[in-house]
Amino acid sequence: MKNLFQLAILALVSFTGANCTSLKGYQKSKINDSEMTLAPRKVSKTELSFQSYREGSGGASSGKVGGGCGCN
Amino acid sequence: MKKIVISGLALLAFFKIQAQTPKDSTGYKPTKLKIEEVNLVSSYYRQNGDNASVTGGIGSQKLTDIANVIDVTLVKYGKTGKKHTLDVEIGVDHYTSASSDRVDLQANTSASSSDIRVYPSLLYTAEQIDKGRSFAIGVGSSTEYDYQSFNGTAAFIQKTKDRNGEFTARFQAFLDQVKIIKPIELRQGQDDGGTEARNTFAGSLSYAQAINKNLQVSLTADYVQQTGYLSLPFHRVYLNDGTVSQENLPDTRTKIPIGGRLSYFLGDHLIVRAFYRFYTDDWDMQSHTAELELPVKITPFFSLTPFYRYYDQTRIKYFKAYGEHTAAEQYRTSNYDLSPFHSNFYGIGVRMAPENGLFGNPHWAMLEFRVGHYDRSTDLNANIASVNLKYKV
Repeated sequence: MKNLFQLAILALVSFTGANCTSLKGYQKSKINDSEMTLAPRKVSKTELSFQSYREGSGGASSGKVGGGCGCN
Repeated sequence: MKKIVISGLALLAFFKIQAQTPKDSTGYKPTKLKIEEVNLVSSYYRQNGDNASVTGGIGSQKLTDIANVIDVTLVKYGKTGKKHTLDVEIGVDHYTSASSDRVDLQANTSASSSDIRVYPSLLYTAEQIDKGRSFAIGVGSSTEYDYQSFNGTAAFIQKTKDRNGEFTARFQAFLDQVKIIKPIELRQGQDDGGTEARNTFAGSLSYAQAINKNLQVSLTADYVQQTGYLSLPFHRVYLNDGTVSQENLPDTRTKIPIGGRLSYFLGDHLIVRAFYRFYTDDWDMQSHTAELELPVKITPFFSLTPFYRYYDQTRIKYFKAYGEHTAAEQYRTSNYDLSPFHSNFYGIGVRMAPENGLFGNPHWAMLEFRVGHYDRSTDLNANIASVNLKYKV
């Protein structure tokens, strides 16, 4: 599992050419695209609710980590 | 339901009137508090399975849920260029549940077969634009027949000097009250009633970084501490001697989820959005979540987004199936949401955000549909359809 994770990171870095660059405002047109947001989409709000009820874990996803019963 | 739709339309008509006021094109001059955008999110969810907790891990889990959420964002700029944002949200869910109906085994249409959940919230954010720094505080609640929750949030956000990185520290507290409703055969006279407290405190640290003009990533770590009544009183547990008892779980639980996100613009039309989370807690549950979304921009204003999510969890150490627990065990549950399983969730989304607005009206900025199918290895399956309509002033 650990090797797999390291391989995935290596592949990611190679694939994306990931070197940290200080971007100017005019270079951020793609980064600022609404599809590029680093958070769950608003339309998936209720999906996150049912997943948090039907699954035993949650969190680390820019959302709530409590509240609501999910009693059923 | 009809009332909710009518209320939503009336609210939008009000916003349209507000939209006639002149706009500040710079955004940095002092302005009065005004509506910036309104989001309506509605969804229909339906599930079925045969492991209901109310009946000890057997029985129908059939459930439907209709959710409607209105989210209004108001913005004001102060004299010093400080941006004040107020998010006002109210959500209303109506659900029917076959398993809740079995709190009373004799009744198939008892009062517990359906319920309404109302969850308003308010979030205020003050942003010092020149310093790239924001503070946020918020409150909210969630009310159901047998469950009341109040929550508070505080957050601090700091951008890096070059504005390519962002650090966020967040604290959330949930103060909940669980109404004690026992399975009907375990009630003694009129002793049913009263409430028990359940508190959740969560600290969260995250950092997001634009790596280059096509790639940005973020990392989030939470620490969640729960105390109080963490069982549900109407969940039955059938023991191996044929007797029935209630679910009983420890009164503390510590959860540590760590997650990472990535968004990568591949070429001019394809975006790769990925999410991975590892989770562990002191009830011996561990889980892995991996999600991939691939928005394809057919045009700059129209995109299709297929998505796939894989989830895998181990059981908590207090879980056993129907009829397997012994009377000697202090803690026990037959709740299959805490059992070992893996699940697949997949579907597609469609997003339309025409340059001149939907139907030629520039205020109707965006419409997004999304449908998904969920399959759990414990034979639970679900379907969900959601829509998000955005109105920009």
